[in-house]
Amino acid sequence: MSISHAPPGSSEPDISDIPDGALVKATAATPSPPDLEPLLPASSRRTRIPRWLRRTTGPVLLLILWQLLSATGVLTADVLASPGRITQVAGDLIADGSLSSAMATSLTRVAAGLALGTLVGTGLALVSGLFRIGEDLVDAPVQMLRTVPFVGLIPLFIIWFGIGEAPKVAIITLGVTFPLYLNVYAGIRGVDSQLIEAGESLGLSRWGLVRHVVLPGALPGALTGLRYSLGIAWLALVFAEQVNADSGIGFLMVQARDFLRTDVIVVCLIVYAFLGLLADFIVRSLERLLLQWRPTFTGR
Amino acid sequence: MATDVHRPVSPEAVPASETSQATPSTQATQAVHVAGLTRAFDGRAVIDRLDLDVRPGEFVALLGRSGCGKSTLLRILAGLDRDIEGTVLVPRRKAVAFQAPRLMPWKKVWRNVLLGLPGKPGRAVAEQALKEVGLDHRTDAWPKTLSGGEAQRASLARALVREPDLLLLDEPFGALDALTRIKAQRLVGELWQRRGCAVLLVTHDVEEAVLLADRVLVMDDGVIAHEQRIDLDRPRDITDPRFAELRAGLLERLGVDTAAEAA
Ligand SMILES: Nc1ncnc2c1ncn2[C@@H]1O[C@H](COP(=O)(O)OP(=O)(O)OP(=O)(O)O)[C@@H](O)[C@H]1O
Ligand SMILES: [Mg+2]
Repeated sequence: MSISHAPPGSSEPDISDIPDGALVKATAATPSPPDLEPLLPASSRRTRIPRWLRRTTGPVLLLILWQLLSATGVLTADVLASPGRITQVAGDLIADGSLSSAMATSLTRVAAGLALGTLVGTGLALVSGLFRIGEDLVDAPVQMLRTVPFVGLIPLFIIWFGIGEAPKVAIITLGVTFPLYLNVYAGIRGVDSQLIEAGESLGLSRWGLVRHVVLPGALPGALTGLRYSLGIAWLALVFAEQVNADSGIGFLMVQARDFLRTDVIVVCLIVYAFLGLLADFIVRSLERLLLQWRPTFTGR
Repeated sequence: MATDVHRPVSPEAVPASETSQATPSTQATQAVHVAGLTRAFDGRAVIDRLDLDVRPGEFVALLGRSGCGKSTLLRILAGLDRDIEGTVLVPRRKAVAFQAPRLMPWKKVWRNVLLGLPGKPGRAVAEQALKEVGLDHRTDAWPKTLSGGEAQRASLARALVREPDLLLLDEPFGALDALTRIKAQRLVGELWQRRGCAVLLVTHDVEEAVLLADRVLVMDDGVIAHEQRIDLDRPRDITDPRFAELRAGLLERLGVDTAAEAA
Protein backbone atom coordinates (compact mmCIF):
# COMPACT_ATOMS: atom_id res chain seq x y z
CA MET A 1 0.00 0.00 0.00
CA SER A 2 3.01 2.27 0.31
CA ILE A 3 3.26 4.93 -2.32
CA SER A 4 6.69 6.43 -2.73
CA HIS A 5 7.06 9.52 -4.79
CA ALA A 6 10.73 9.23 -5.65
CA PRO A 7 12.39 5.99 -6.60
CA PRO A 8 15.03 5.46 -3.91
CA GLY A 9 17.65 4.40 -6.42
CA SER A 10 17.66 7.70 -8.27
CA SER A 11 18.22 9.90 -5.23
CA GLU A 12 21.30 8.09 -3.97
CA PRO A 13 23.86 9.34 -6.50
CA ASP A 14 22.75 12.92 -5.86
CA ILE A 15 23.75 13.00 -2.24
CA SER A 16 26.68 10.59 -2.27
CA ASP A 17 29.31 13.27 -2.78
CA ILE A 18 27.91 15.78 -0.30
CA PRO A 19 29.87 16.12 2.96
CA ASP A 20 28.44 14.51 6.13
CA GLY A 21 27.06 17.63 7.79
CA ALA A 22 25.29 18.73 4.66
CA LEU A 23 23.83 15.26 4.22
CA VAL A 24 22.06 15.48 7.54
CA LYS A 25 20.65 18.83 6.55
CA ALA A 26 19.56 17.59 3.17
CA THR A 27 17.66 14.63 4.57
CA ALA A 28 16.04 16.81 7.18
CA ALA A 29 14.91 19.28 4.55
CA THR A 30 13.40 16.65 2.27
CA PRO A 31 11.89 14.05 4.61
CA SER A 32 11.13 10.70 3.04
CA PRO A 33 7.43 10.49 2.18
CA PRO A 34 5.35 8.63 4.80
CA ASP A 35 3.40 5.53 3.93
CA LEU A 36 0.09 6.75 2.58
CA GLU A 37 -3.10 4.98 3.43
CA PRO A 38 -6.09 5.32 1.13
CA LEU A 39 -9.19 6.45 3.04
CA LEU A 40 -12.06 4.96 1.12
CA PRO A 41 -15.50 6.48 1.20
CA ALA A 42 -17.74 4.75 3.72
CA SER A 43 -20.06 3.42 1.03
CA SER A 44 -17.35 1.45 -0.77
CA ARG A 45 -16.17 -0.17 2.45
CA ARG A 46 -19.46 -1.98 2.81
CA THR A 47 -20.08 -5.22 1.04
CA ARG A 48 -22.57 -5.29 -1.79
CA ILE A 49 -24.82 -7.90 -0.14
CA PRO A 50 -27.93 -6.23 1.30
CA ARG A 51 -28.10 -5.92 5.04
CA TRP A 52 -31.23 -8.01 5.57
CA LEU A 53 -29.72 -10.88 3.61
CA ARG A 54 -26.57 -10.80 5.70
CA ARG A 55 -28.60 -10.77 8.86
CA THR A 56 -30.88 -13.67 7.90
CA THR A 57 -28.11 -16.02 6.71
CA GLY A 58 -27.05 -17.08 10.20
CA PRO A 59 -30.49 -18.11 11.49
CA VAL A 60 -31.30 -19.89 8.21
CA LEU A 61 -28.09 -21.91 8.39
CA LEU A 62 -28.93 -22.87 11.97
CA LEU A 63 -32.41 -24.01 10.94
CA ILE A 64 -31.01 -26.15 8.14
CA LEU A 65 -28.56 -27.78 10.55
CA TRP A 66 -31.39 -28.46 13.01
CA GLN A 67 -33.59 -30.02 10.33
CA LEU A 68 -30.66 -32.19 9.18
CA LEU A 69 -30.00 -33.43 12.70
CA SER A 70 -33.69 -34.28 13.19
CA ALA A 71 -33.97 -36.03 9.82
CA THR A 72 -30.91 -38.20 10.46
CA GLY A 73 -32.30 -39.21 13.86
CA VAL A 74 -29.54 -37.64 15.94
CA LEU A 75 -32.16 -35.36 17.51
CA THR A 76 -35.23 -37.38 18.51
CA ALA A 77 -38.70 -35.85 18.85
CA ASP A 78 -38.66 -36.45 22.66
CA VAL A 79 -35.69 -34.14 22.99
CA LEU A 80 -36.56 -31.56 20.36
CA ALA A 81 -39.05 -31.70 17.52
CA SER A 82 -37.85 -30.93 14.00
CA PRO A 83 -38.47 -27.53 12.42
CA GLY A 84 -40.85 -29.09 9.93
CA ARG A 85 -42.95 -30.69 12.67
CA ILE A 86 -42.96 -27.43 14.62
CA THR A 87 -44.22 -25.48 11.62
CA GLN A 88 -47.01 -28.00 11.21
CA VAL A 89 -48.02 -27.83 14.90
CA ALA A 90 -47.90 -24.05 14.79
CA GLY A 91 -50.27 -24.15 11.81
CA ASP A 92 -52.64 -26.42 13.72
CA LEU A 93 -52.55 -24.26 16.84
CA ILE A 94 -53.29 -21.16 14.80
CA ALA A 95 -56.05 -22.91 12.87
CA ASP A 96 -57.97 -24.06 15.95
CA GLY A 97 -57.59 -20.62 17.54
CA SER A 98 -55.91 -21.83 20.74
CA LEU A 99 -52.67 -19.99 20.01
CA SER A 100 -54.27 -16.64 19.29
CA SER A 101 -56.50 -16.78 22.36
CA ALA A 102 -53.48 -17.71 24.52
CA MET A 103 -51.52 -14.86 22.98
CA ALA A 104 -54.33 -12.42 23.61
CA THR A 105 -54.51 -13.45 27.27
CA SER A 106 -50.74 -13.15 27.74
CA LEU A 107 -50.53 -9.85 25.91
CA THR A 108 -53.28 -8.39 28.06
CA ARG A 109 -51.39 -9.40 31.18
CA VAL A 110 -48.14 -7.85 29.95
CA ALA A 111 -49.87 -4.68 28.81
CA ALA A 112 -51.63 -4.25 32.15
CA GLY A 113 -48.47 -4.93 34.13
CA LEU A 114 -46.39 -2.71 31.91
CA ALA A 115 -48.84 0.17 32.13
CA LEU A 116 -49.07 -0.06 35.91
CA GLY A 117 -45.33 -0.52 36.34
CA THR A 118 -44.53 2.40 34.04
CA LEU A 119 -46.90 4.59 36.00
CA VAL A 120 -45.48 3.60 39.37
CA GLY A 121 -41.84 3.52 38.27
CA THR A 122 -41.78 6.87 36.49
CA GLY A 123 -44.02 8.41 39.14
CA LEU A 124 -41.65 7.44 41.93
CA ALA A 125 -38.63 8.49 39.87
CA LEU A 126 -40.13 11.91 39.22
CA VAL A 127 -40.88 12.40 42.89
CA SER A 128 -37.40 11.45 44.03
CA GLY A 129 -35.63 12.98 41.04
CA LEU A 130 -37.28 16.39 41.18
CA PHE A 131 -37.69 16.95 44.90
CA ARG A 132 -35.04 16.71 47.58
CA ILE A 133 -37.63 15.59 50.12
CA GLY A 134 -38.99 13.04 47.65
CA GLU A 135 -35.53 11.59 47.30
CA ASP A 136 -35.15 11.24 51.04
CA LEU A 137 -38.51 9.56 51.39
CA VAL A 138 -38.63 7.38 48.28
CA ASP A 139 -35.15 6.45 47.19
CA ALA A 140 -33.99 4.44 50.21
CA PRO A 141 -37.07 2.16 50.41
CA VAL A 142 -37.04 1.58 46.65
CA GLN A 143 -33.34 0.73 46.68
CA MET A 144 -34.01 -1.74 49.49
CA LEU A 145 -36.99 -3.39 47.81
CA ARG A 146 -35.03 -3.61 44.59
CA THR A 147 -32.71 -6.18 46.08
CA VAL A 148 -35.58 -8.65 46.69
CA PRO A 149 -35.81 -11.00 43.68
CA PHE A 150 -39.33 -10.20 42.53
CA VAL A 151 -40.04 -13.74 41.32
CA GLY A 152 -39.64 -14.90 44.88
CA LEU A 153 -42.74 -12.94 45.78
CA ILE A 154 -45.07 -15.11 43.69
CA PRO A 155 -46.21 -17.27 46.66
CA LEU A 156 -46.90 -14.18 48.72
CA PHE A 157 -48.83 -12.58 45.84
CA ILE A 158 -50.94 -15.72 45.42
CA ILE A 159 -51.84 -15.57 49.11
CA TRP A 160 -52.70 -11.88 48.80
CA PHE A 161 -54.39 -11.78 45.43
CA GLY A 162 -55.68 -15.32 44.96
CA ILE A 163 -55.07 -17.21 41.73
CA GLY A 164 -56.79 -14.95 39.18
CA GLU A 165 -55.21 -12.32 37.00
CA ALA A 166 -54.20 -10.03 39.85
CA PRO A 167 -51.06 -11.86 41.10
CA LYS A 168 -49.78 -12.23 37.53
CA VAL A 169 -50.23 -8.57 36.73
CA ALA A 170 -48.75 -7.65 40.10
CA ILE A 171 -45.59 -9.67 39.43
CA ILE A 172 -45.13 -8.03 36.03
CA THR A 173 -45.78 -4.60 37.53
CA LEU A 174 -43.17 -5.19 40.18
CA GLY A 175 -40.62 -6.40 37.65
CA VAL A 176 -41.21 -3.39 35.42
CA THR A 177 -41.15 -0.77 38.16
CA PHE A 178 -37.54 -1.01 39.30
CA PRO A 179 -35.57 -0.74 36.07
CA LEU A 180 -37.77 2.17 35.03
CA TYR A 181 -37.37 3.87 38.38
CA LEU A 182 -33.59 3.50 38.35
CA ASN A 183 -33.13 4.74 34.79
CA VAL A 184 -35.53 7.65 34.95
CA TYR A 185 -34.07 8.73 38.28
CA ALA A 186 -30.52 8.48 36.96
CA GLY A 187 -31.63 10.30 33.81
CA ILE A 188 -33.07 13.19 35.79
CA ARG A 189 -30.06 13.46 38.05
CA GLY A 190 -27.70 13.17 35.10
CA VAL A 191 -29.04 16.19 33.23
CA ASP A 192 -26.17 18.56 32.49
CA SER A 193 -26.12 21.19 35.25
CA GLN A 194 -24.80 23.71 32.74
CA LEU A 195 -27.99 23.35 30.73
CA ILE A 196 -30.10 23.81 33.84
CA GLU A 197 -28.12 26.94 34.59
CA ALA A 198 -28.66 28.17 31.05
CA GLY A 199 -32.37 27.52 31.42
CA GLU A 200 -32.40 29.52 34.65
CA SER A 201 -30.60 32.40 32.98
CA LEU A 202 -33.22 32.38 30.22
CA GLY A 203 -35.85 33.05 32.84
CA LEU A 204 -37.55 29.67 32.85
CA SER A 205 -39.76 29.02 35.84
CA ARG A 206 -39.22 25.92 37.92
CA TRP A 207 -41.90 24.06 36.00
CA GLY A 208 -40.46 25.42 32.73
CA LEU A 209 -37.07 24.02 33.69
CA VAL A 210 -38.60 20.62 34.36
CA ARG A 211 -40.56 20.65 31.13
CA HIS A 212 -37.95 22.07 28.76
CA VAL A 213 -34.68 20.93 30.28
CA VAL A 214 -34.95 18.17 32.87
CA LEU A 215 -37.52 15.86 31.29
CA PRO A 216 -36.15 15.97 27.74
CA GLY A 217 -32.70 15.43 29.19
CA ALA A 218 -33.90 12.40 31.12
CA LEU A 219 -35.69 10.90 28.13
CA PRO A 220 -32.78 8.81 26.77
CA GLY A 221 -32.39 7.23 30.19
CA ALA A 222 -36.12 6.67 30.47
CA LEU A 223 -36.21 4.85 27.14
CA THR A 224 -33.30 2.65 28.15
CA GLY A 225 -35.27 1.85 31.28
CA LEU A 226 -38.32 1.06 29.21
CA ARG A 227 -36.35 -1.39 27.13
CA TYR A 228 -35.03 -3.17 30.21
CA SER A 229 -38.52 -3.19 31.63
CA LEU A 230 -39.97 -4.84 28.57
CA GLY A 231 -37.40 -7.62 28.76
CA ILE A 232 -38.24 -8.17 32.40
CA ALA A 233 -41.96 -8.01 31.69
CA TRP A 234 -41.72 -11.07 29.43
CA LEU A 235 -39.61 -12.87 31.99
CA ALA A 236 -42.13 -12.11 34.71
CA LEU A 237 -44.92 -13.27 32.42
CA VAL A 238 -43.25 -16.63 31.86
CA PHE A 239 -42.81 -17.14 35.60
CA ALA A 240 -46.29 -15.96 36.49
CA GLU A 241 -47.99 -18.12 33.88
CA GLN A 242 -46.19 -21.30 34.78
CA VAL A 243 -47.42 -21.13 38.32
CA ASN A 244 -51.09 -21.66 38.62
CA ALA A 245 -52.47 -20.52 35.27
CA ASP A 246 -55.43 -21.80 33.33
CA SER A 247 -54.92 -19.76 30.18
CA GLY A 248 -52.17 -17.98 28.26
CA ILE A 249 -49.02 -19.09 26.55
CA GLY A 250 -47.44 -20.26 29.78
CA PHE A 251 -50.42 -22.48 30.46
CA LEU A 252 -50.11 -23.95 26.95
CA MET A 253 -46.50 -24.78 27.75
CA VAL A 254 -47.26 -26.41 31.08
CA GLN A 255 -49.89 -28.52 29.38
CA ALA A 256 -47.46 -29.51 26.62
CA ARG A 257 -44.87 -30.46 29.21
CA ASP A 258 -47.30 -32.93 30.79
CA PHE A 259 -47.77 -34.61 27.40
CA LEU A 260 -44.07 -34.42 26.43
CA ARG A 261 -44.97 -32.29 23.40
CA THR A 262 -41.63 -30.61 22.67
CA ASP A 263 -43.11 -29.27 19.42
CA VAL A 264 -45.78 -27.24 21.23
CA ILE A 265 -43.23 -26.00 23.76
CA VAL A 266 -40.96 -24.76 20.97
CA VAL A 267 -43.90 -23.04 19.27
CA CYS A 268 -44.65 -21.23 22.53
CA LEU A 269 -41.01 -20.25 22.93
CA ILE A 270 -41.01 -18.87 19.42
CA VAL A 271 -44.14 -16.87 20.22
CA TYR A 272 -42.44 -15.44 23.32
CA ALA A 273 -39.40 -14.53 21.27
CA PHE A 274 -41.53 -13.00 18.57
CA LEU A 275 -43.46 -10.88 21.06
CA GLY A 276 -40.18 -9.80 22.65
CA LEU A 277 -38.83 -8.75 19.27
CA LEU A 278 -42.01 -6.84 18.57
CA ALA A 279 -41.74 -4.99 21.86
CA ASP A 280 -38.11 -4.15 21.15
CA PHE A 281 -39.09 -2.87 17.74
CA ILE A 282 -41.70 -0.61 19.29
CA VAL A 283 -39.18 0.89 21.73
CA ARG A 284 -36.66 1.36 18.95
CA SER A 285 -39.24 3.21 16.88
CA LEU A 286 -40.07 5.33 19.90
CA GLU A 287 -36.40 6.14 20.36
CA ARG A 288 -36.00 7.08 16.74
CA LEU A 289 -39.01 9.33 17.00
CA LEU A 290 -38.26 10.98 20.34
CA LEU A 291 -34.48 11.16 20.20
CA GLN A 292 -34.08 12.59 16.72
CA TRP A 293 -31.89 15.30 18.14
CA ARG A 294 -29.26 12.83 19.20
CA PRO A 295 -26.59 12.09 16.64
CA THR A 296 -26.07 8.39 17.15
CA PHE A 297 -23.23 6.06 16.44
CA THR A 298 -24.70 3.52 14.05
CA GLY A 299 -21.73 1.16 13.94
CA ARG A 300 -20.02 -0.15 10.92
CA MET B 1 -32.65 24.98 40.99
CA ALA B 2 -33.90 28.23 42.43
CA THR B 3 -35.27 30.19 39.53
CA ASP B 4 -36.93 33.20 41.08
CA VAL B 5 -35.08 36.27 39.96
CA HIS B 6 -34.41 38.56 42.87
CA ARG B 7 -33.44 41.98 41.99
CA PRO B 8 -30.61 42.12 44.47
CA VAL B 9 -28.66 38.92 44.05
CA SER B 10 -28.61 38.26 47.74
CA PRO B 11 -26.22 35.83 49.33
CA GLU B 12 -28.14 32.79 50.53
CA ALA B 13 -27.12 33.19 54.14
CA VAL B 14 -28.09 36.86 54.46
CA PRO B 15 -31.78 37.73 54.87
CA ALA B 16 -33.21 39.79 52.04
CA SER B 17 -34.08 42.72 54.30
CA GLU B 18 -30.41 43.24 55.05
CA THR B 19 -29.39 43.73 51.43
CA SER B 20 -32.42 45.72 50.38
CA GLN B 21 -31.35 48.59 52.62
CA ALA B 22 -28.17 48.93 50.54
CA THR B 23 -28.11 52.46 49.16
CA PRO B 24 -31.20 52.99 47.04
CA SER B 25 -29.48 55.93 45.35
CA THR B 26 -26.87 53.76 43.62
CA GLN B 27 -29.63 51.42 42.63
CA ALA B 28 -31.18 54.18 40.56
CA THR B 29 -28.05 55.44 38.83
CA GLN B 30 -26.23 52.18 38.17
CA ALA B 31 -27.05 49.23 35.99
CA VAL B 32 -24.73 47.09 38.08
CA HIS B 33 -23.55 47.79 41.58
CA VAL B 34 -21.15 45.39 43.24
CA ALA B 35 -19.50 46.12 46.58
CA GLY B 36 -17.22 43.93 48.62
CA LEU B 37 -18.09 40.82 46.63
CA THR B 38 -16.31 37.66 47.71
CA ARG B 39 -16.68 34.19 46.22
CA ALA B 40 -14.56 31.33 47.47
CA PHE B 41 -14.24 27.79 46.14
CA ASP B 42 -13.13 25.39 48.86
CA GLY B 43 -11.64 28.17 50.97
CA ARG B 44 -9.79 29.77 48.05
CA ALA B 45 -11.21 33.20 47.30
CA VAL B 46 -11.46 33.50 43.53
CA ILE B 47 -13.20 36.85 43.86
CA ASP B 48 -11.94 38.80 46.83
CA ARG B 49 -13.78 41.96 47.97
CA LEU B 50 -14.42 43.12 44.44
CA ASP B 51 -16.10 46.45 43.69
CA LEU B 52 -17.68 47.22 40.35
CA ASP B 53 -20.17 49.75 39.03
CA VAL B 54 -21.59 49.84 35.54
CA ARG B 55 -23.70 52.78 34.40
CA PRO B 56 -26.88 52.13 32.42
CA GLY B 57 -25.99 51.90 28.76
CA GLU B 58 -22.29 51.54 29.42
CA PHE B 59 -20.21 49.02 27.50
CA VAL B 60 -17.59 47.44 29.75
CA ALA B 61 -14.99 44.93 28.65
CA LEU B 62 -13.36 42.62 31.16
CA LEU B 63 -9.87 41.27 30.54
CA GLY B 64 -7.77 38.97 32.67
CA ARG B 65 -5.71 35.86 32.41
CA SER B 66 -7.36 32.48 32.20
CA GLY B 67 -8.75 31.23 35.51
CA CYS B 68 -8.77 34.62 37.23
CA GLY B 69 -12.51 34.47 37.86
CA LYS B 70 -14.13 36.31 34.96
CA SER B 71 -16.73 33.65 34.27
CA THR B 72 -17.36 33.31 37.99
CA LEU B 73 -18.11 37.04 38.22
CA LEU B 74 -20.42 36.79 35.23
CA ARG B 75 -22.34 33.88 36.73
CA ILE B 76 -22.81 35.84 39.92
CA LEU B 77 -24.10 38.87 38.01
CA ALA B 78 -26.45 36.59 36.09
CA GLY B 79 -27.89 35.46 39.43
CA LEU B 80 -26.77 31.88 38.92
CA ASP B 81 -24.36 31.69 41.84
CA ARG B 82 -25.66 32.73 45.25
CA ASP B 83 -22.84 31.40 47.43
CA ILE B 84 -21.50 34.91 47.81
CA GLU B 85 -20.72 37.56 50.35
CA GLY B 86 -21.20 41.25 49.69
CA THR B 87 -23.69 43.40 47.84
CA VAL B 88 -24.73 42.76 44.26
CA LEU B 89 -27.44 44.76 42.52
CA VAL B 90 -28.40 43.88 38.95
CA PRO B 91 -31.36 44.64 36.68
CA ARG B 92 -34.17 42.16 36.48
CA ARG B 93 -33.92 41.83 32.71
CA LYS B 94 -30.56 40.35 31.90
CA ALA B 95 -29.29 37.94 29.33
CA VAL B 96 -26.20 35.76 29.21
CA ALA B 97 -24.22 34.23 26.39
CA PHE B 98 -22.03 31.65 28.08
CA GLN B 99 -18.50 30.70 27.19
CA ALA B 100 -19.85 27.35 25.93
CA PRO B 101 -23.01 27.75 23.81
CA ARG B 102 -25.22 25.66 26.14
CA LEU B 103 -28.02 25.11 23.64
CA MET B 104 -30.66 22.56 24.58
CA PRO B 105 -29.79 19.67 22.25
CA TRP B 106 -33.42 18.48 22.12
CA LYS B 107 -34.77 21.73 20.75
CA LYS B 108 -34.33 22.98 17.21
CA VAL B 109 -32.20 26.11 16.94
CA TRP B 110 -35.15 28.48 16.61
CA ARG B 111 -36.89 26.98 19.65
CA ASN B 112 -33.68 27.45 21.59
CA VAL B 113 -33.68 31.10 20.67
CA LEU B 114 -37.24 31.57 21.91
CA LEU B 115 -36.88 29.43 25.04
CA GLY B 116 -38.03 31.24 28.16
CA LEU B 117 -39.29 34.35 26.37
CA PRO B 118 -42.55 35.58 27.86
CA GLY B 119 -45.74 35.66 25.82
CA LYS B 120 -45.17 32.88 23.28
CA PRO B 121 -43.50 34.85 20.48
CA GLY B 122 -43.75 33.42 16.98
CA ARG B 123 -41.10 31.74 14.94
CA ALA B 124 -40.54 34.92 12.95
CA VAL B 125 -38.96 36.53 16.01
CA ALA B 126 -36.39 33.76 16.19
CA GLU B 127 -35.78 33.91 12.47
CA GLN B 128 -35.13 37.63 12.67
CA ALA B 129 -32.65 37.17 15.53
CA LEU B 130 -30.90 34.33 13.72
CA LYS B 131 -30.71 36.37 10.58
CA GLU B 132 -28.91 39.10 12.49
CA VAL B 133 -26.16 36.66 13.42
CA GLY B 134 -26.13 35.18 9.91
CA LEU B 135 -27.66 31.88 10.88
CA ASP B 136 -31.04 32.05 9.17
CA HIS B 137 -30.21 29.01 7.01
CA ARG B 138 -29.84 26.83 10.12
CA THR B 139 -33.12 27.78 11.80
CA ASP B 140 -34.45 24.23 11.72
CA ALA B 141 -31.24 22.42 12.58
CA TRP B 142 -30.59 20.35 15.69
CA PRO B 143 -27.94 22.06 17.85
CA LYS B 144 -25.64 19.02 17.76
CA THR B 145 -25.29 19.44 14.02
CA LEU B 146 -24.03 23.02 14.27
CA SER B 147 -20.37 23.91 13.96
CA GLY B 148 -18.69 25.47 16.99
CA GLY B 149 -19.00 29.00 15.63
CA GLU B 150 -22.59 28.44 14.50
CA ALA B 151 -23.54 27.23 17.96
CA GLN B 152 -21.89 30.28 19.48
CA ARG B 153 -23.84 32.57 17.18
CA ALA B 154 -27.09 30.77 18.01
CA SER B 155 -26.30 31.32 21.68
CA LEU B 156 -25.62 34.99 20.95
CA ALA B 157 -28.92 35.30 19.11
CA ARG B 158 -30.66 33.70 22.08
CA ALA B 159 -29.18 36.36 24.39
CA LEU B 160 -29.86 39.29 22.04
CA VAL B 161 -33.49 38.41 21.39
CA ARG B 162 -34.23 38.94 25.09
CA GLU B 163 -33.71 42.71 24.78
CA PRO B 164 -32.12 42.93 28.21
CA ASP B 165 -31.08 45.86 30.38
CA LEU B 166 -27.84 44.06 31.13
CA LEU B 167 -26.14 41.86 28.57
CA LEU B 168 -23.47 39.51 29.89
CA LEU B 169 -21.20 38.06 27.23
CA ASP B 170 -18.55 35.48 28.08
CA GLU B 171 -16.07 35.29 25.21
CA PRO B 172 -18.88 35.12 22.67
CA PHE B 173 -16.63 35.41 19.65
CA GLY B 174 -14.05 32.82 20.66
CA ALA B 175 -14.79 30.20 18.02
CA LEU B 176 -15.45 32.53 15.10
CA ASP B 177 -13.30 33.07 12.03
CA ALA B 178 -11.85 36.55 11.50
CA LEU B 179 -14.59 37.77 9.18
CA THR B 180 -17.56 36.39 11.11
CA ARG B 181 -16.00 37.72 14.28
CA ILE B 182 -15.84 41.24 12.86
CA LYS B 183 -19.47 40.93 11.78
CA ALA B 184 -20.54 39.66 15.18
CA GLN B 185 -18.64 42.42 16.95
CA ARG B 186 -20.32 44.98 14.76
CA LEU B 187 -23.67 43.36 15.49
CA VAL B 188 -23.19 43.53 19.24
CA GLY B 189 -22.00 47.14 18.90
CA GLU B 190 -25.07 48.09 16.87
CA LEU B 191 -27.45 46.28 19.14
CA TRP B 192 -25.91 47.96 22.15
CA GLN B 193 -26.31 51.39 20.58
CA ARG B 194 -29.86 50.68 19.50
CA ARG B 195 -31.01 49.12 22.77
CA GLY B 196 -28.93 51.23 25.09
CA CYS B 197 -28.38 48.30 27.42
CA ALA B 198 -25.39 47.90 29.68
CA VAL B 199 -22.95 45.30 28.40
CA LEU B 200 -20.27 43.37 30.24
CA LEU B 201 -18.09 41.60 27.73
CA VAL B 202 -15.47 39.10 28.86
CA THR B 203 -12.78 38.70 26.25
CA HIS B 204 -9.15 37.73 25.78
CA ASP B 205 -8.80 40.00 22.78
CA VAL B 206 -7.44 43.42 23.78
CA GLU B 207 -8.21 44.86 20.36
CA GLU B 208 -11.82 43.74 20.62
CA ALA B 209 -12.06 45.36 24.05
CA VAL B 210 -10.70 48.69 22.81
CA LEU B 211 -12.88 48.53 19.72
CA LEU B 212 -16.17 48.05 21.55
CA ALA B 213 -15.93 49.23 25.14
CA ASP B 214 -16.37 52.55 26.94
CA ARG B 215 -14.25 51.18 29.71
CA VAL B 216 -11.83 48.26 29.89
CA LEU B 217 -11.27 46.48 33.18
CA VAL B 218 -8.44 44.12 33.99
CA MET B 219 -9.18 41.54 36.63
CA ASP B 220 -6.43 40.06 38.74
CA ASP B 221 -6.14 38.51 42.20
CA GLY B 222 -9.90 38.54 42.60
CA VAL B 223 -10.36 42.28 42.14
CA ILE B 224 -10.53 44.83 39.34
CA ALA B 225 -6.82 45.60 39.24
CA HIS B 226 -6.83 48.15 36.44
CA GLU B 227 -9.30 50.36 34.69
CA GLN B 228 -8.94 52.18 31.38
CA ARG B 229 -11.45 54.59 29.88
CA ILE B 230 -11.70 54.50 26.09
CA ASP B 231 -12.76 57.94 24.89
CA LEU B 232 -12.33 57.35 21.17
CA ASP B 233 -15.16 58.39 18.87
CA ARG B 234 -17.31 55.70 17.31
CA PRO B 235 -17.13 54.04 14.90
CA ARG B 236 -13.59 53.35 15.93
CA ASP B 237 -10.71 52.93 13.59
CA ILE B 238 -8.10 50.39 14.53
CA THR B 239 -5.50 52.23 12.48
CA ASP B 240 -5.96 55.35 14.64
CA PRO B 241 -2.68 56.01 16.53
CA ARG B 242 -4.61 56.62 19.77
CA PHE B 243 -6.21 53.22 19.35
CA ALA B 244 -2.81 51.60 19.04
CA GLU B 245 -1.62 53.54 22.08
CA LEU B 246 -4.53 52.33 24.24
CA ARG B 247 -4.09 48.79 23.05
CA ALA B 248 -0.36 48.88 23.74
CA GLY B 249 -1.03 50.29 27.22
CA LEU B 250 -3.44 47.52 28.06
CA LEU B 251 -1.20 44.85 26.62
CA GLU B 252 1.64 46.18 28.70
CA ARG B 253 -0.58 46.16 31.74
CA LEU B 254 -1.48 42.53 31.10
CA GLY B 255 2.16 41.74 30.35
CA VAL B 256 3.36 43.44 33.54
CA ASP B 257 0.90 41.36 35.47
CA THR B 258 2.14 38.12 34.00
CA ALA B 259 5.76 39.16 34.45
CA ALA B 260 5.11 39.94 38.10
CA GLU B 261 3.47 36.54 38.38
CA ALA B 262 6.50 34.80 36.97
CA ALA B 263 8.89 36.59 39.32
N1 LIG C 1 -17.43 25.05 40.67
C1 LIG C 1 -16.12 25.30 40.93
N2 LIG C 1 -15.49 24.62 41.91
C2 LIG C 1 -14.18 24.85 42.18
N3 LIG C 1 -13.45 25.75 41.55
C3 LIG C 1 -14.02 26.49 40.57
C4 LIG C 1 -15.39 26.28 40.20
N4 LIG C 1 -15.69 27.13 39.20
C5 LIG C 1 -14.57 27.82 38.96
N5 LIG C 1 -13.57 27.44 39.77
C6 LIG C 1 -12.21 27.98 39.79
O1 LIG C 1 -12.29 29.38 39.88
C7 LIG C 1 -11.28 29.98 39.10
C8 LIG C 1 -11.91 31.00 38.17
O2 LIG C 1 -12.69 30.33 37.20
P1 LIG C 1 -13.38 31.10 36.00
O3 LIG C 1 -14.15 30.12 35.21
O4 LIG C 1 -14.13 32.25 36.56
O5 LIG C 1 -12.12 31.62 35.20
P2 LIG C 1 -12.09 32.57 33.90
O6 LIG C 1 -11.44 33.84 34.33
O7 LIG C 1 -13.41 32.64 33.29
O8 LIG C 1 -11.08 31.78 32.98
P3 LIG C 1 -11.12 31.58 31.39
O9 LIG C 1 -10.59 32.82 30.80
O10 LIG C 1 -10.19 30.44 31.17
O11 LIG C 1 -12.51 31.29 31.00
C9 LIG C 1 -10.57 28.86 38.39
O12 LIG C 1 -9.35 28.63 39.06
C10 LIG C 1 -11.48 27.69 38.51
O13 LIG C 1 -10.74 26.52 38.61
MG1 LIG D 1 -14.27 31.87 31.57
